[in-house]
Amino acid sequence: MTEKKIRVLVAKPGLDGHDRGAKVVARALRDAGMEVIYTGLRQTPEMIAEAALQEDVDVVGLSILSGAHMALAPRILELLRSNGQSHVKIFIGGIIPDEDMPHLKEMGITHIYGPGASTDEIIKDVREAVG
Amino acid sequence: MSVRLWDEVYILCYEAGIKVRICSEGMMTLVDSVLEGDRLALARILTQVENNSLEGRAALAELFPHTGKAHLIGVTGGSGTGKSSLVNQLASYYRKSGGLQKRVAIVAVDPSSPFTGGAVLGDRVRMRDLSGDNGVFIRSMASRGSLGGIAQTTSALTQVFDAAGFEIIIIETVGAGQSEVDIARLAHTTLVVEAPGLGDEIQAIKAGILEIADILVINKADRPGVENTERALRSTLELAHPTKRVIRHHGRSMSVTGPAADSTLWIPPIHKTVATEGHGIAELAESISKHAAHLRESGGWEARDRARLGSELEAVLSEALKARFHETTPQKQYDEVVAKVLSRELSPWEAVKSLLNGNST
Repeated sequence: MTEKKIRVLVAKPGLDGHDRGAKVVARALRDAGMEVIYTGLRQTPEMIAEAALQEDVDVVGLSILSGAHMALAPRILELLRSNGQSHVKIFIGGIIPDEDMPHLKEMGITHIYGPGASTDEIIKDVREAVG
Repeated sequence: MSVRLWDEVYILCYEAGIKVRICSEGMMTLVDSVLEGDRLALARILTQVENNSLEGRAALAELFPHTGKAHLIGVTGGSGTGKSSLVNQLASYYRKSGGLQKRVAIVAVDPSSPFTGGAVLGDRVRMRDLSGDNGVFIRSMASRGSLGGIAQTTSALTQVFDAAGFEIIIIETVGAGQSEVDIARLAHTTLVVEAPGLGDEIQAIKAGILEIADILVINKADRPGVENTERALRSTLELAHPTKRVIRHHGRSMSVTGPAADSTLWIPPIHKTVATEGHGIAELAESISKHAAHLRESGGWEARDRARLGSELEAVLSEALKARFHETTPQKQYDEVVAKVLSRELSPWEAVKSLLNGNST
């Protein structure tokens, strides 16, 4: 019996300690039948890329509230690519100023969510992105 | 071409009877890449094997001759006893010179939701010390409906790691209660982790999880109540493994002899650890290697391998026989028999008998 599951890594890079959002999203994706690997707080880009590789995930969800997204996101993208994981989709949730969004999308971030985003929308987007 | 498209091409070829080798970049097969230590190829094969896909089975078949070298260590115990922290410390120990820098793979199992099939796999949270080390590979897996504490394909995953040259494979079960004992069939050495304050002596004499321990660990040994836990576990062990000892009875010293102190008998040692601080880890690791040596000397290593591979063969066989049965039996005939069972005309045993004999009555 073959059983395929969507695997998502939920990680919090950087130094802020507010992980409520990441946990809410992890729980919502779990309830949508996905397998969520939760790595906890204060992950470096290297740790995230390494976990994404070992766990062979389809999607990496990053929660960033510290304002360091323009430094962290490109580094993580670069590491995933150099590991041969350019097929992995990256989602970001957190406090992202409007003017940064086009830059992040251009870099290759698949979706960006701010405060008030609905978990149903995130679930739908993950399913579509994985295809 | 996307990975998914390749999967479909592979399945079409497989069904058409065309033999396909899966190649990653540079025209090497995924299996060859795994044998050469490619971590991305390893991760992809692990997924295929976990999903029990055709590619996964084909890869396992190619990898199987390379297995049989690793020491499989099972870590089980109740939720919140500190299994993940202990695994983190043990793996760190094996990576340092004290553990001869062995390559360590970790398979960490967490439960799937019985309602949605989803899971949150959180064992990595406690294993951050191990990141950045190429000699360690951590893979989280969901139990996907299995109730024995590990998933159906956990054993297959350990075979992939074994073939890939990991000398130590640590399997962390889901938080186990009393009867999730599948790990003992898989691992060479089973650690049962307890923590102080989780129940009285009667818990310790019940059948089940304590019986499978090769080594008992009382983690969080800096907490109050550790003496009581140790006493309870020790008295349970003495019931199971009585040896010659002197007791005081009505003021007199009496020598009591149990069954002969057999050198082939392994009496589970009890270790106290504080995993968050790293206390007691070196002693625990020493016990684990003593147990491995004991198994090799006593023939227990082979016996465990034989039992494990035998039961895996049985499982594959029954699945294959079932598949063959459904292929050769018309669905209509099967449905008729099910209807007769429903109307209580036939018992399930009679029904199976008639189905196997090829008639519907």
